[in-house]
Amino acid sequence: MASTSSAATLPARAGTEDVPRRRGVLARYWPQYVAIAPFYVLFLVFGLFPVAYSFYLSLTEWDGASEITFVGLAQYQYLLGDARFWNAVGNTLIIWVGSTVPMLFFALLIAFLLHQNIRFKGAYRIAFFLPNVTSMVAMAIVFGSVFSDSFGLANGLLRGLGLPEVGWLTEGWSIKLTLILMVIWRWTGYNAIIYLAGLQAIPTELYDAAKVDGASTWRQFVSITVPMLRPVILFTVITSTIGGLSLFTEPQVLLANAGGNENSGGPGEAGMTIVLYQYNQAFTQFDFGYASAIAWALFVLASVFAIINWRLVRDREGLVDRRRRRGGEAR
Amino acid sequence: MSTTDLGTARLGDPTQQRADRAIVRRSRAGRVVIHVCLVLAALLSIFPFYWLVAMATQSTAEIFGYPPKLTFGGQLLANVRDVVTSIDLLDALLNTVFVAGASAVLVMLFDSLAAFAFAKYRFPGRDKLFVVLLVTFLLPGSLSLVPSFILVSRLGWVGGFESLIIPGMANAFGIFLLRQIASSSIDDSLIESARIDGAGFFKTWWFVGVPMMRGGLAFLGIFTFIAQWNDYVWPLIVLVDPERQTLQTALQSLNTIYNTEYGMVMAGALISVVPLIVVFALGARHLIANIGAGALKG
Repeated sequence: MASTSSAATLPARAGTEDVPRRRGVLARYWPQYVAIAPFYVLFLVFGLFPVAYSFYLSLTEWDGASEITFVGLAQYQYLLGDARFWNAVGNTLIIWVGSTVPMLFFALLIAFLLHQNIRFKGAYRIAFFLPNVTSMVAMAIVFGSVFSDSFGLANGLLRGLGLPEVGWLTEGWSIKLTLILMVIWRWTGYNAIIYLAGLQAIPTELYDAAKVDGASTWRQFVSITVPMLRPVILFTVITSTIGGLSLFTEPQVLLANAGGNENSGGPGEAGMTIVLYQYNQAFTQFDFGYASAIAWALFVLASVFAIINWRLVRDREGLVDRRRRRGGEAR
Repeated sequence: MSTTDLGTARLGDPTQQRADRAIVRRSRAGRVVIHVCLVLAALLSIFPFYWLVAMATQSTAEIFGYPPKLTFGGQLLANVRDVVTSIDLLDALLNTVFVAGASAVLVMLFDSLAAFAFAKYRFPGRDKLFVVLLVTFLLPGSLSLVPSFILVSRLGWVGGFESLIIPGMANAFGIFLLRQIASSSIDDSLIESARIDGAGFFKTWWFVGVPMMRGGLAFLGIFTFIAQWNDYVWPLIVLVDPERQTLQTALQSLNTIYNTEYGMVMAGALISVVPLIVVFALGARHLIANIGAGALKG
C-alpha cells in the first residue's frame, strides 16, 4: 500500500515520460539495482544452483572423488525399497506429529493466559522465549544427561517414586519420546509469543459484544479467539512442519553417545530422521547421489504436507466460496 | 510493570489495555490460577538452564551419584580449566563471535539497502523481482546440503569462515521485514527533500533510511547474530579443520571425545550458552516484539 503511494509521489526523476527508454533504465536506476543485487546474486549461486544441481546429482552415482556415473532413476528406485529410509520417514513423522500437536496446544494456552491483564508479563515472555535462543547442541547435551539411563534425573525421579525406569536413550519408543519432549520444550514458547501477537491484533469490540451477550470465557475462546487466529495458526503449523521434517541437531547430538554407529540415531536407528539419514549417507558414507535423492524425497514430502496444511487450516469461507463457484460453473 | 505494559501496548491496539482490564475483571482466585499455570510453565522452560549450571559446578562423580544432587557444587573453576586445557574452546568462542558479528553487520547492510530500494523507489521490474524474493522463502535449506558443500569446496572455501558468512549475507526474510518497516515509517517527503538537496540514493539511504529503520535493524542484527551463533549442520559439514571450529562444533567434539567426563562437558556447554543469553537479555524486547509482528505480516 505504502509502496504504491510512494510510487505516486515519486515519479520518474525529472518528470519526463512514464516509460523510459530501455537504454536509459540502467543509467537512471543503477543505484536501486545495485542495492538489490546482492540478494539475487547470492540466491542464484547459493540457493537456486545447488537445488538444481542436487537434482542432477540424484540421477548419478558419486562418492565425491571419482568419476560421476549417470544412473537415471536408479537412486529413487533403491530409495523406494530402502527399509532404513522408510524407518527414518516413520520416525520423523511420529516425532513431528507427537511434538507439534501438544506444542501448539500449550502455546495457545500460554498465549491466552499471557493475554489476560496480569503482572510480570514481560518476565514470563522472556522465560518462555529463552529455550528458543539457546544452542540446540548445548541443550541436547543437557537433555542427554537428564534422560541418561544410568544416572539421569528422569530415571532418578522414577526410582524415587518406586516406578520402573525407562531406557530414554536406548529403547525405540522412549528415544522418540525424549526427542518429542525436546522439541516441545524448545518451541512452545516461540509459538506462544507468535499467538500472543495474534491475540493482541484481535479487535476488542468482538469480546465486548460477546460479553454483552453473556458468553463465558471458554465460549469467547472457541467462538472468537480461535477463528480470528486462523491465519496465525496456519503460519505456526507451516513453520512447525518445515522444522519437524528437517529435524537433525536434536537426534544427532542427543544420540551421538547412545550406542549404535555415529549419526545413526541411536540403537536400532530408533531416532534416525530423514535429514540425519541424508547427512549419514552424504558425509559418513560419501554416497552423494543417494543423499541427493533423499533430499528430493524430503522436498516432495514437505510440499505434500504444506498443501495439506493449507487446505486444513485455510478459512472455511474460502472453501465454501470455491465450492459455490464450481457449482455455478457446472450449471 | 509499567515498562512492559508500554511494550505490549505499542504492539497492539492502543485500546487493548482497557479491554484487557475488562476481560479479567474477575476473581482474585482466577488470577492466582493463571499465575500458578504460568509459573509452572516458566519453571519447566528454565529448569534445563538451572540444571546445566548445577552440573557445570559439580564433579563428574557427583553427577553420576544417586540420588541426583540438585544444588550447586564447588567444581566450576576446575571444570572450566579442564575444558580449556582439553580443547580450544576459547578459540572457537572468538571464531563464533567473529562469524556471528560479521554476518549480523553484513545482513543489516545488504538487507536494508535492498529493503529501502524496494519500499521507497520505483524502478522497472521492481514488483516482479519482489515476488521472486517472496517465492524463495519456499525453498527448504536442507535440500541443498550436498551440492552447497560441493560448490563451496570448488570455490576453495571449505574449512574457512567465508563459507559460513557469505552465502547468508543477504536474505529474503530480512529484506521483507525491513521493507514493511520502511514502507510504513519513512515519509516520502523526507526522501523528496533529500533529493532536492542533491543527495543520491546511497546518501539518502544512509541519512534518511537507516535512522528510520533502526528498530527493525536492531532486531535483524540480534536475530542474525543468534541464528549464526547457534548454526550447527552447515558448520559441521564445512569446518573440516579441527583447528578452526565454531562453538557448536567444538562443543559436540568435546561431547563425543570426553563423553564420560560430564562435569567438563557441562562447563563447555555453559561457556557456549552464557554469551548468547547476555545478547538475548540486551535485545529481548526487540526480539520478542518483532518475532510476533513478523508472523502476523507473513
